[in-house]
Amino acid sequence: MTALLPRRGLAQILALIVILAVDRVVSPQFFDLRLQDGRLFGSLIDVLNRGTPVALLSLGMVLVIATRGIDLSVGAVMAISGAIAASLADSHGLPVVLAAALGAGLVCGLWNGFLVSVLGMQPIVATLILMVAGRGIAQLITEGRIVTFSSPDLVWLGNGSILGVPVPVAIALGMLILTGAVVRGSALGLLIEATGGNARASELAGVGTRAMILAVYVWCGVCAALAGVIAAADIMGADANNAGLWLELDAILAVVIGGTSLFGGRFSLVLAVLGALIIQTMNTGILLSGYPPEFNLLVKAVVVLTVLLLQSPKLSGFSGIMPPLRRAKA
Amino acid sequence: MKGLPPVVITAIVLVLGFALCAMQFPNIASTRVVGNLLTDNAFLGIVATGMTFVIISGGIDLSVGSVIGFTTVFVALAIERWGVPPLVAFVAILVLSAGFGAAMGAVIHVFDLPPFIVTLAGMFLARGASFLLSTESVPISAPIYSTVSDFALRLPGGGRLTAIAIIMLAIVIGGALLLTFTRFGANVYALGGNRVAANLMGVAVGRMTVRIYMLSSLLAGIAGIVFSFYTSAGYSLSAVGVELDTIAAVVIGGTLLTGGQGSVIGTFLGVLIQGLIQTYINFDGTLSSWWTKIATGVLLFAFIALQQALVALARRPVAKSAGAAS
Repeated sequence: MTALLPRRGLAQILALIVILAVDRVVSPQFFDLRLQDGRLFGSLIDVLNRGTPVALLSLGMVLVIATRGIDLSVGAVMAISGAIAASLADSHGLPVVLAAALGAGLVCGLWNGFLVSVLGMQPIVATLILMVAGRGIAQLITEGRIVTFSSPDLVWLGNGSILGVPVPVAIALGMLILTGAVVRGSALGLLIEATGGNARASELAGVGTRAMILAVYVWCGVCAALAGVIAAADIMGADANNAGLWLELDAILAVVIGGTSLFGGRFSLVLAVLGALIIQTMNTGILLSGYPPEFNLLVKAVVVLTVLLLQSPKLSGFSGIMPPLRRAKA
Repeated sequence: MKGLPPVVITAIVLVLGFALCAMQFPNIASTRVVGNLLTDNAFLGIVATGMTFVIISGGIDLSVGSVIGFTTVFVALAIERWGVPPLVAFVAILVLSAGFGAAMGAVIHVFDLPPFIVTLAGMFLARGASFLLSTESVPISAPIYSTVSDFALRLPGGGRLTAIAIIMLAIVIGGALLLTFTRFGANVYALGGNRVAANLMGVAVGRMTVRIYMLSSLLAGIAGIVFSFYTSAGYSLSAVGVELDTIAAVVIGGTLLTGGQGSVIGTFLGVLIQGLIQTYINFDGTLSSWWTKIATGVLLFAFIALQQALVALARRPVAKSAGAAS
């Protein structure tokens, strides 16, 4: 455990640098930035911008996974909140739209959290319900159509810029700082890690594990809802069928790449977001290189397997030498 | 608590649902509709049979939809572009998919990794590989395809029991026998009940894990061939999201997602319930297809809540001694 601390994050940063270098080789103008109409443009900004939804999802997902849970419904929640935002955008002001969309995410998170913490369902099963039904609910809201809108406020949320930085990137950064401040600025993060490490022991030690679990699912729902609003604002419409489709898998992948174990316990918000950026840098690189985007899946599969093998309890240590005995789980 | 009650409840739901549908649309209660129900859900029934084994053993397989997609593309290309005889292509793809499953099982066991994430990687891999083969839909015009789709047993009342429905029924029955009456089946339950205890009692955990995932992928391969018969084409985007339908069918069929309990027959009933919802929506005509998802979600919730209650009831008398988890 202690030996992990100094090199925590090093592997992820190295991976990102390597991928960026590959991208630079593939596309020589990759690092070019230019300022136009008060907004920065360039491939790097593009990576940040496109990576925002998964980064937001991974912020919620990492907390859920730290409690030894998983949330499969985030893609469906994105679809629901996007549908609500798009349907209200042209008739209501931005505060109402945001409140309604994020409120929906909160309710979805409460539902998931209730199933897991109060009814004691397995997280993967409990969130599967909303994953299946949620997309249906989103289609109910949009009545099966692709709802478009032209409200400038909401469009600004997806395409505007603050001091040259695209608004989605600023929002993601703000959420990262907010989540970090709340979780690491207090004992909350420690309690969440305790819950994931050993729920029973934590409960006996006086940690309100049920409240912790409920809280992380709610936060995950809110983050997903925000990602859904941004995704809808980006394309100026809501497509209940495709919004956030399979993004739950990307979010889980980002968290895993970020070094947080699926078995719960220690987590890192920054590394999870870094994981999301690594995924997006790969995606953008593949697009720029002219290979068909379908290569993404193959590359992702290889990355998942590599990360998994590095994290495997059987291959502990950098040397990769198989220890004769499994480490005792102290 | 022999796993019987949930199956009985699934059966009751199916019969009641069918009766309600038949009351509203008398035409549903005909062999034609039932025959079509079996044909339309043939691939789902096959792949769900494999998933039942995986889930009872305490695992999960997210790669099945992608394996189906890969199979359809591979078979279509092999027959139409590479000039391979259909039967050779079938054997090749079945060997390939079985090997794929065995590899996933081996990774899960050897490196002690969660099945969820390993099969997720498998899902990406298989889907990516099928995109590599072809991103376009490849029509299949081999004579065997028209022979198979024309073949059907006539049922009284004008219904047709098609070849792919027969294949599905055979696999469901075979799967049920395998799970109930063989040492392999008993070991599957043992693994799901308690992996450590199973190991101590002499179950070869590693070999079993490999075989279970091999079986699941093999059945996904067969389902892919059946799917290509059903659509007469190979398409890399076919069967996207089927893993969800499959898991839903298994859960509605009364199999515990924590493993250790369940049955192939229950899964088959779960597949039929999903098919019935779809049929009802088709008959109604005004309802949109998204109601299928919502209805499936509600059913999922009802069955999982029910299981939760049953497990709680079963644990109550020994609550004090049942503290040791995992």
